[in-house]
Amino acid sequence: MRKSFKQDYKVLLKKELSPNTFYFRVHAPFIAKKIEAGQFIIVRPGSHSERMPLSICGWNREEGYLEIIIMAAGVTSTEATQKNVGDCFEDIVGPLGQRSHVAKYDGACVVIGGGYGTGAVIPTARDLKDRGNKVYGVVGARNKDLLLMIDELNQVCDEVIITTNDGSLGISGMVTDGLNFIVNREKVSMILAVGPVPMMKAITEIGVAKEIETWVSLNAIMVDGTGMCGACRVTIAGKTRFACFHGPDFKGADVNFDELMKRQKMFVVKEKVAFDMLKSVQAN
Amino acid sequence: MSETVKDEPVKIKAKDRMAKPRNEMPLNDPAKRVTNFEEVPIGYTLDQAQAEAFRCIQCKKPDCIPGCPVGIDIPAFIKLVEEGDVAAAARKIRETNFLPAACGRVCPQDKQCELVCIVGKKHEPVAIGNLERFVADYEREHKLDRIPKIEPDTGKNIAVIGAGPAGLTAAYELRKRGHNVTVFEAFHRGGGVMVYGIPRFRLPLEIIDEDLKLLEDMGVNFVYNMVIGKVFSIEDLRDKEGFDAVFISTGAGLPKMLGIKGENLNGVYSANEYLTRIYLMHANDFPNYPTPIVQGEKVAVIGAGNTAMDVLRTAKRLGANPVCYYRRSREESPARTEELEHAEQEFINFKWLSNPVEFIGDETGAVKAVKCEIMELSEPDESGRRKPMPTGKFFTDEIDTAVFSLGCDVNPIITDVTPELTKNKWGIIMVDKKTYHTSMKGVFAGGDSVTGGATVILAMGQAKEAAKYIHDYVMGNFDYELAIPTDPIAPGVVWEGRFEKAHREPKKH
Repeated sequence: MRKSFKQDYKVLLKKELSPNTFYFRVHAPFIAKKIEAGQFIIVRPGSHSERMPLSICGWNREEGYLEIIIMAAGVTSTEATQKNVGDCFEDIVGPLGQRSHVAKYDGACVVIGGGYGTGAVIPTARDLKDRGNKVYGVVGARNKDLLLMIDELNQVCDEVIITTNDGSLGISGMVTDGLNFIVNREKVSMILAVGPVPMMKAITEIGVAKEIETWVSLNAIMVDGTGMCGACRVTIAGKTRFACFHGPDFKGADVNFDELMKRQKMFVVKEKVAFDMLKSVQAN
Repeated sequence: MSETVKDEPVKIKAKDRMAKPRNEMPLNDPAKRVTNFEEVPIGYTLDQAQAEAFRCIQCKKPDCIPGCPVGIDIPAFIKLVEEGDVAAAARKIRETNFLPAACGRVCPQDKQCELVCIVGKKHEPVAIGNLERFVADYEREHKLDRIPKIEPDTGKNIAVIGAGPAGLTAAYELRKRGHNVTVFEAFHRGGGVMVYGIPRFRLPLEIIDEDLKLLEDMGVNFVYNMVIGKVFSIEDLRDKEGFDAVFISTGAGLPKMLGIKGENLNGVYSANEYLTRIYLMHANDFPNYPTPIVQGEKVAVIGAGNTAMDVLRTAKRLGANPVCYYRRSREESPARTEELEHAEQEFINFKWLSNPVEFIGDETGAVKAVKCEIMELSEPDESGRRKPMPTGKFFTDEIDTAVFSLGCDVNPIITDVTPELTKNKWGIIMVDKKTYHTSMKGVFAGGDSVTGGATVILAMGQAKEAAKYIHDYVMGNFDYELAIPTDPIAPGVVWEGRFEKAHREPKKH
């Protein structure tokens, strides 16, 4: 009997982490077997859907599942979060991109997650820990109810610093304040930041000022995710690179963040049209 | 009862056949067709096809057969059309080509079979492409049996990577020989560049889907969403997953960049992105399909090859007034003559001898203008080629969208993680020219990944050749001296058949 190599992308577990943000455990054994920290997947919830890139917060190679966090922010992510246990995603492809850079460092490593990015830094934190590093996590949100995956991050970090804009938990402020708290306390050799572009830019500025090796994971707009279309092109040290193939992680000091922020807005008007249509269809 | 006299077969002279004018393909009206994505050529009727088939003089030593990368017995199928036995003509084509509906539509016949057609020496060549298309459509519309004879199961397993023209052809040829074939495709559907890169008004989706279904009916196993190089390495497939041979046909999916200022401004797309959004992801049916495309009215398309024509004509159908910018002149445009003419019919403007040097953006990062240098052509060099030379004179056009169509390099996902696979400095996979065997034992490659961006038919021709040797390999009869270039500047595979520059009539006014 020939092996079929087929995957069903079935939802095995779903949890609401905060309003509109969900944790999914999805069956995809071939991807789960090979994916590494920093790599991503592309998901199509339904037969008409966009190809949506998503980072991974974990996997189980034996049981063959991926762990993902999806925040319902637009048409495709909303469609995805409406999947329930037993439902299947139409397509999942991966692992895509290069794995995160990890090594043994002299000083501490700090992984920083903003919003959904908290999940994405967990696998890299574990890799860094496995290599004998001292690893700190810094996570931030507007208030304590929006914080995600703190327990999971705690398991792979020596310490997790929480920041909230309203001061409802941890340091009152932003993740940059959390990072400053650590770098003022001890030697830091490496930073990885995953989250909104302005946050990654602000973290990079601190990293550059303190001469710390700083990595960021770029969430550029993508279509195919395999280097074929170039939608995700970013300027890295003056050269055009494809976030899907050369990245998604790059050294923050090399990234043209302003260009990336502008490119992320390229389709906002149309994204709203599609989202409004979905909402009106589902309301009726 | 009147006495019937049996007609003596009258020998028709070649001169009389050639004297008939070519039956031009009937086309949908340009003003109407630019408002939709329906196919532009309507197709021959049986009468038109037979009239065109009559023009073939059945050369004793036909040039058209070696002029075809897959070696279709062109005079034989045309004779069957003339006799009205279209079903037999279909079987004849299918002996050598399993994608005739696609090839009849997208092959550059003007540079291949029709270029060397003897009738074409004094008259217009026989419309071989139109006839192939007619036969394939007749076969499909009449639901004729297309499944070839499949040899008894050999028990051999072959992995094909990529479900584009080369991969599908290899799968067909290898399945026919009785092997188990698994096609791994990174996208969520098959067809490769025929889906994501060729517009529906040139190649309808139904045709590609019928061909995919034929392979499924033959027992080929398709695995979508599977990125080889990431999930399985080539060694994994060969040494751990039980495949006796591997065929790499991953295409030329890596767009070449312009390398000019402003190329990453918003509104600047690669042709691959632009066409993929529309034809793979259906952005022309937004928001029913939520993948968006944003374009304004002033679309600049850079380049003048077939893909550039596809982008221009697509932009027109989405309501823009596209303009083509090309640094050489119309005569040097690498597009298939028919595509260029169809674009011209569709009211598309061309700025020949215009070389974009910079995109200019506004404060939001959106492209608002393109600056071009005016070029002039040099005197022909030894090879007869006229080079575009800068003049130092510039002009700037206001635009809101730009699409660059400069060709593609080979997709690096596999070669990047497979150092054992010899490639040249442009990333093209090096193969033995006869057998398509790569530097890794039991691993073959064909299509754009061994040539750089070429055509559907060349990819098919290579896959067909490769399949012969893959068969020999898995059956233990592979006893060839291999010559795999190791020089980093060695070129990829070049078709050594009759492939010349198309003769291009000046634009008809």
